[in-house]
Formats: sequence, structure tokens, C-alpha cells
Amino acid sequence: MTTALFAVFAVAAVLSGYAVFRVDSMARATFALALSFVAVGAVLLLLDLDYLGVVVVVMMVMEMAVMAVFMIMYMMNPAGLMPMSMWHDKSRAMTIAVGTFVVLAGGALLVDWPERQGPPPPDITRQLGQGIMGTKMLVMMAVSAVILVTIVGALVLGAARGRYDRLGDDLNDRPSRDPIPGGVGR
Amino acid sequence: MSLEALLVLAAALLAIGLYGALSQQSIVMLMMGLELMLNGLIVAAGGFWYYVAPQRPDGQVLVLVVVTVMTIEMAIGFAVQNAVFRSDEVELTDEATGLSG
Repeated sequence: MTTALFAVFAVAAVLSGYAVFRVDSMARATFALALSFVAVGAVLLLLDLDYLGVVVVVMMVMEMAVMAVFMIMYMMNPAGLMPMSMWHDKSRAMTIAVGTFVVLAGGALLVDWPERQGPPPPDITRQLGQGIMGTKMLVMMAVSAVILVTIVGALVLGAARGRYDRLGDDLNDRPSRDPIPGGVGR
Repeated sequence: MSLEALLVLAAALLAIGLYGALSQQSIVMLMMGLELMLNGLIVAAGGFWYYVAPQRPDGQVLVLVVVTVMTIEMAIGFAVQNAVFRSDEVELTDEATGLSG
């Protein structure tokens, strides 16, 4: 039963992953990618990783919902009105990708993987919680710092004009350098 | 289901993502390829946790880190795309030559 479910989810993940780069609408590509993430979340559920499976599904569905907005913003060939090729250098990319798959899958099948060390703990989510609050706390501290940097960096990159553009490096340029001067014209 | 099957699935997802990242013209579609590659990493980390060392939290923590990397990649990727488009009106990888040479 588990094997059959795994086969279904694995095929779904791979096919919808491939569909991302075959459909001719970038909005459809986003939903294909979301489907691939849901299938991977389901595979995690099969591995008894209940919490992480749900996290992957919920987070990635939300992420793809946000992504769809950007996809429509930057869509090539919107509404099929401007048919154009979305690819470049397709055959070389395919060669490299197939070569990578052959090397990695060959390694996965040929390497003598270590034996399993003990059964999973009774409460798997508790193990993760104890891990990130205990021995793996440094990882989560690093992740939280990186997320903070991401927030600041994304804001800086996303802002068209900040206060330093308007008021100079010392924030004391008056009047401010605005494209359209404000005030009431006196 | 076995470790080998999971790793082959991971390899397939990673290879498809690599194909997309290399072959897509649009910068945002390139990021979809990167996301798909990280998707493969999630499968591999989960598989290693379950089939090799289920008594240690390492594999689970790695999955969490990969999920975080995906969101960070998307946030910064779109921010860079917005910044590049605002300054140069570039949305294709072939035109994004600001750092070449």
C-alpha cells in the first residue's frame, strides 16, 4: 500500500515538475510547481514525517500563490497574445540534466548505503522540536539571522526610492530631491 | 519504498529543476527551476532521516533548513528581479548582462 502510494506521489511530483517547463503559460507553470510540492509533502507524510509534510504542503501552496502574482507580472506571452519561445539552449540543457540524473541515480543505486540505526522515536515531531531547541539550536539561530537579513535585503532591493535618495546621505538635504516638488507652490 | 527509490526521485526532481534553470529565458522561470532542485533535496533529506538515522533529528532539521532556503531564494530572487527590471527593464536572462565582462 505504502509502495503504491509512493509510486503515485513520485510520478505526480516528477510529471508536474516537468510540466512546469512544458506548459506555455507561466501562471500554469506555478500551479504545476505547487502540485509537485504537494506530492513531495505527501511523500514526507509516507515517511511518518507528519509535521514536516504538512509544513511543506502549506508553506509551498502559499508560496506559489504569492509566486503566481509575480509570474503574471513578468509573464511572457500573456493570454497567448504574443506567442514566443520561452527557452534557450534547450538541447544542451537537456543533455546536462539527463547526465546529472544518470550520475545521481546511478550513485543512489550503486552506493552501499549504511544500515538503519534504530527505529524512529515514538513522537517524531517532538524529536524535531527537541532538536531545534537543543543540539541543533545553532542552526535555527543562523536561520533566523538569515531570514532577518532577507527581510532587510528584499526591502532595500524592492524600494524604488528611499529616504537617502530624497534627503541625501546625512538626511539633511532640504528641500528634498523629489521628481515632483511638493508643497503648495509658495 | 526504499532509500534508493527516494534518492532516484530526488535525482529526477533535481535534474528537471536543473533543466529548467538552464533552459528557461525568463528570470522568474529560472527561479522555478531552482525551487524544483531544492524540492529534490527535501525528498533526499527525508529519505536519509527515515532510512539511515531516524533516532537523530539531523534529517528533519535539514528539511526545515531547505524549506527556509526556498522561501529566502524566492524573496530575494523576486526582489533582485524587481530591482533589475526597474533599472534596466530586463526580464530575460540573456539581457541581464550587468555583471558580465
